[in-house]
Amino acid sequence: MSDRYEIRFSGSGGQGLILAGVIFAEAATIYDKINAVQSQSYGPEARGGASKSEVIISEEVIDFPKALGIDLQLSLTQESCTKYYKDIKPHGILLVDEDFVRDIPEGDFQVIKMPIIRTASEEIGKSFVANIVATGAIAAITGKVKIESVEKAVLSRVPKGTEEMNKKALMAGYNMAMARLG
Amino acid sequence: MGTLKLLQGNEACAEGALYAGCTFFAGYPITPSTEVAEYLARRLPRIGGVILQMEDEIASVGAIIGASLAGKKSMTATSGPGFSLKQENIGFGMLCEVPCVIVDVMRGGPSTGVPTGPSQSDIMQCKWGTHGDHPVICLTPAYVQEIFSETVRAFNLAERYRTPVILAFDEIVGHMREKIEIPEKGVLEVENRRRPTCPPSEYKPFDETQGDVPPIADFFSGYRQHITGLNHASDGFPVNASPRIHTDELRLIRKVEGNRKDIIRYDTVLLDDAEVAVFAYGVSGRSGKNAVEMARAEGIKAGLFRPLTIWPFPVEEVAALASRVKAIIVPELSLGQIVLEVERCAKGRCDVQGIFRVDGDPITPAQILEKIKEVG
Repeated sequence: MSDRYEIRFSGSGGQGLILAGVIFAEAATIYDKINAVQSQSYGPEARGGASKSEVIISEEVIDFPKALGIDLQLSLTQESCTKYYKDIKPHGILLVDEDFVRDIPEGDFQVIKMPIIRTASEEIGKSFVANIVATGAIAAITGKVKIESVEKAVLSRVPKGTEEMNKKALMAGYNMAMARLG
Repeated sequence: MGTLKLLQGNEACAEGALYAGCTFFAGYPITPSTEVAEYLARRLPRIGGVILQMEDEIASVGAIIGASLAGKKSMTATSGPGFSLKQENIGFGMLCEVPCVIVDVMRGGPSTGVPTGPSQSDIMQCKWGTHGDHPVICLTPAYVQEIFSETVRAFNLAERYRTPVILAFDEIVGHMREKIEIPEKGVLEVENRRRPTCPPSEYKPFDETQGDVPPIADFFSGYRQHITGLNHASDGFPVNASPRIHTDELRLIRKVEGNRKDIIRYDTVLLDDAEVAVFAYGVSGRSGKNAVEMARAEGIKAGLFRPLTIWPFPVEEVAALASRVKAIIVPELSLGQIVLEVERCAKGRCDVQGIFRVDGDPITPAQILEKIKEVG
């Protein structure tokens, strides 16, 4: 269990965070040929409420399928950030949407702030691709999957006719994170 | 080389059903099982199969029993509240010896409970949910690949023993996604029911002289059928007489209990020299495997027994295990159900301790490790 890398996508139900987790896991397993498990948890509401999706990546077989210590948590809403940040492990990363998460919790982790939803609405023109922008950013920050693999996974999972927009969203997130990382 | 896919447990169940030759699904949607129906709704019509959304759960089992009697491999899927409703017709399927598969993706209960939370608290209902003495085969896969292969096995056992087979897994493995390989046709064995070879005039649907699992004819194939939930004679018509009822009830139980070696399957991890054993299925079995590995890394001789067939219960295997370990730990997402069965088999030969959790989160490897250290 030593080489587990745990990513949590959190936000509000309806933001596409489960899909983001699925895409990341598909990039890892099908295209990069490493082990990954994706799981999710959500309340009875179809929309709204804190929602999370987790992806565990490992060179070894993954048995316990849920997070034990989060290496990177994405939070697109204040509620999800406040509710879930305590599982981030020492020296882990908290990636937040800088417009929607203003109250940054304190802890032994690195905080990365990015205008994820604003990038989606202003650069791409559709706020609902924020999940894909975030996925691109996470691919850059973690370096756990190849961006080409993520792109393939995105294209296999998004609705027909939205491919170009989603590719653009992915690269916007990826490039924004690369620029931040220097 | 088969096809690689990233699939949910529920989707893998649907793929397993298709692989096994299922062409009929009837159900009533319920979280966390709905993806089984959704997936089959996309796939079945393309291969000439049928999917029906019924008015309720009782009707869903009625529909799959009807389809099976017409010669089709059939399945339904549900969760706790729906599983309760299905029980009446599940019993009917058992007495009338109708091959079919019933999937229960377990969520918190009782009643509507926690629709999106995992649970393992239907496991006794799988055995005793319907009334009367009845034969039960129930399988409990824990990995997405295993859900696929155990679904195929569920259909095979249903066909081989002419009985409903229950496939029970928790919300976590039902909803989680893992990479699976769907093998080419022919790689996994697919079995079909024994059909009569005698002339229609000589056919009896419950002819015990043909063995414990009499051949079954398809409706509308020229063979006369009579199906009733009343105890029946070999021609299918009701009887109310001794000793037929007694001997036929015994045969029903015997066709499952008498074939335990064929039906029971389990996985073990580092169990041979273990001093402490973990007995766990489903998501708790996955935690158990990690706990055992962590214990071994600390020099503690722990091992895992992970049943894939929970009913009939691996009585002899657990009894033998109880004779050679200090303790058996039983983690389960209930307030203590299958631990009672382990205790029954251990008969006081070793310590048996449960770890119970019903708050919507799985039992962690660390929780199990702590218990291993406590009893070891």
